[in-house]
Amino acid sequence: MKGKIRSMAYAARHDGLHAIRPPLMKRIADASAPYLYSAPALILIVAVMLVPLVLGVSYAFRDIQLLNPFSGAFVGLDHFRALSEDQAFFRALRNTLWWTGASVLLQFTFGLILALLLDKPFSGRAIAQALVFLPWAVPSFLAGLNWAWLFNPVVGPLPHWLYRLGLMSQPANILSDPQLAMWGPIVANIWWGIPFFAITLLAALQAIPRDLYEAASIDGAGPVQRFLSITLPFLAPTIAITILLRTVWISNFADLIIVMTNGGPADRTQIVASYIFTQAFKRLDFGYASAIALVLLALLLAYSLLIVILRQWLLSKD
Amino acid sequence: MRAKSTFLTIAHRLAILAYIAFALFPLFWLLKVAVTPNDLLYTEGVRLWPSRASFEHFDFVLRHSSFPVFFRNSLIVSGSTAVIVTVLSSLSGYALSRFRFRGKYWLVTLMLLTQMFPLVMLVAPIFKILSPMGLTNSLTGLVIVYTAFNVPFATFLMQSFFDGIPKDLEEAAMIDGATQFVAFRQIILPLTLPGIAATLGFVFTAAWSELLFSLMLISGNEQATFPVGLLSFVSKFSVDFGQMMAAGVLALIPACLFFLFIQRYLVQGLTAGAVKG
Repeated sequence: MKGKIRSMAYAARHDGLHAIRPPLMKRIADASAPYLYSAPALILIVAVMLVPLVLGVSYAFRDIQLLNPFSGAFVGLDHFRALSEDQAFFRALRNTLWWTGASVLLQFTFGLILALLLDKPFSGRAIAQALVFLPWAVPSFLAGLNWAWLFNPVVGPLPHWLYRLGLMSQPANILSDPQLAMWGPIVANIWWGIPFFAITLLAALQAIPRDLYEAASIDGAGPVQRFLSITLPFLAPTIAITILLRTVWISNFADLIIVMTNGGPADRTQIVASYIFTQAFKRLDFGYASAIALVLLALLLAYSLLIVILRQWLLSKD
Repeated sequence: MRAKSTFLTIAHRLAILAYIAFALFPLFWLLKVAVTPNDLLYTEGVRLWPSRASFEHFDFVLRHSSFPVFFRNSLIVSGSTAVIVTVLSSLSGYALSRFRFRGKYWLVTLMLLTQMFPLVMLVAPIFKILSPMGLTNSLTGLVIVYTAFNVPFATFLMQSFFDGIPKDLEEAAMIDGATQFVAFRQIILPLTLPGIAATLGFVFTAAWSELLFSLMLISGNEQATFPVGLLSFVSKFSVDFGQMMAAGVLALIPACLFFLFIQRYLVQGLTAGAVKG
């Protein structure tokens, strides 16, 4: 009885399937096409980024030390308790704010000035543009080493120049001076990051309709007034998005610090990202490193959500 | 009035020159120390150009050091990463550009989020995952990791190039009986060649520069990429400034070549997901 019903049902379904087969198959093929196109990329992202991310979160609650085969036990919130008393971590947090704030602000300011300078047509603009954007292409490890050498009184000119200008009592390496060391990576970062801001802002500047400026100057607006009432409002969305994104990116950008000072002297240049790397790479304490990473992630998550929402909003606007 | 505009023009050119000087000076100094013979390095101090230039450091680095191996390793890793990423991201970028589908929002959100969170937090887990598979201390392992890191940004970049190609082209081909994939491969991809070249260039540059994961995943000299080799050289022989800088100049060459190559696409590349620095 049961078997009969099942076979009838099967026949019915089979018939139905047969009747609409070409459109259904086509519909399935059409519906799956975008997934097939994006599957390889998606699988890779999930396997190499999402899975390790989840695993990393679990490490934060476990004792994972690479050199200790008996580690791996669940330790609950121990790492976070240790973290709440870790002075080096709080210093790294403050340093991160200082590093990010100074870098973003100065990169943006000099980038904006450069974009405004390059927005005017002049002969040789293409070559000038290629030259000033070149630092962007320099690998970050090389940018770091390069600036470390410039600050080194043995081979670099900077200490000698600062000394002759009277800014230094003797040609010393600022990277080994606890008070000044952070300026080393910041200067390198400014050098390296100006092109990014200049390129994005220049693109936004060139999208401003030129007749607006003409109309404004016919109406008697001076250059300052034109800048404030035309240029700035047009640039505002680009400025907001680039600064928001760059802030996240730079706060996580540890390459220059690791190459130039390795967090020293006396942790004065350690930022959270470089602290995580040091814990994992030097101490091989993956558990503690992951706990710090989790805190950093929580701090950045709120910030990132804001950007995703902003991006959606901007996209829906045009 | 006339005098004022001349003054402004001069100030403008001077400001541009100042920026160029600031941008190029560190690279110039790198080259300068690289061609300064050792006996002049300390005696001549901060002279802008040594009284006698020589290529002895380059000669040493190329013939008696492991830098050619590091260079080759980096070339293999960056080249393979660039090719694989470009293939994968042209597929996924096409999906984002041409299809409306239910998972699209989530796909885009996932890709944007991967650009947001600190990659440094993956250092430990990725090491733990790759280690039992024998993919630490291996160029293959690095290629896999770099490919995943660069796919999201490259997808947005490729999407922006596909968006610039009218849809009617493949619709016409599909009316003539071609499947969408055939239309994509034979009509759209050839039209996107400049975009593909730009993506190759961006990914190559990114992979060439990557530092933290290559430090973590590679330990021996045999498999070391350029940054790993250069940093270990710096910590071991920190007085051979000439040789270090000669090696630095070598690391700069591919980066500069690719920069000239992708210069025209900088804006598109930097705004695609606005991530790669």
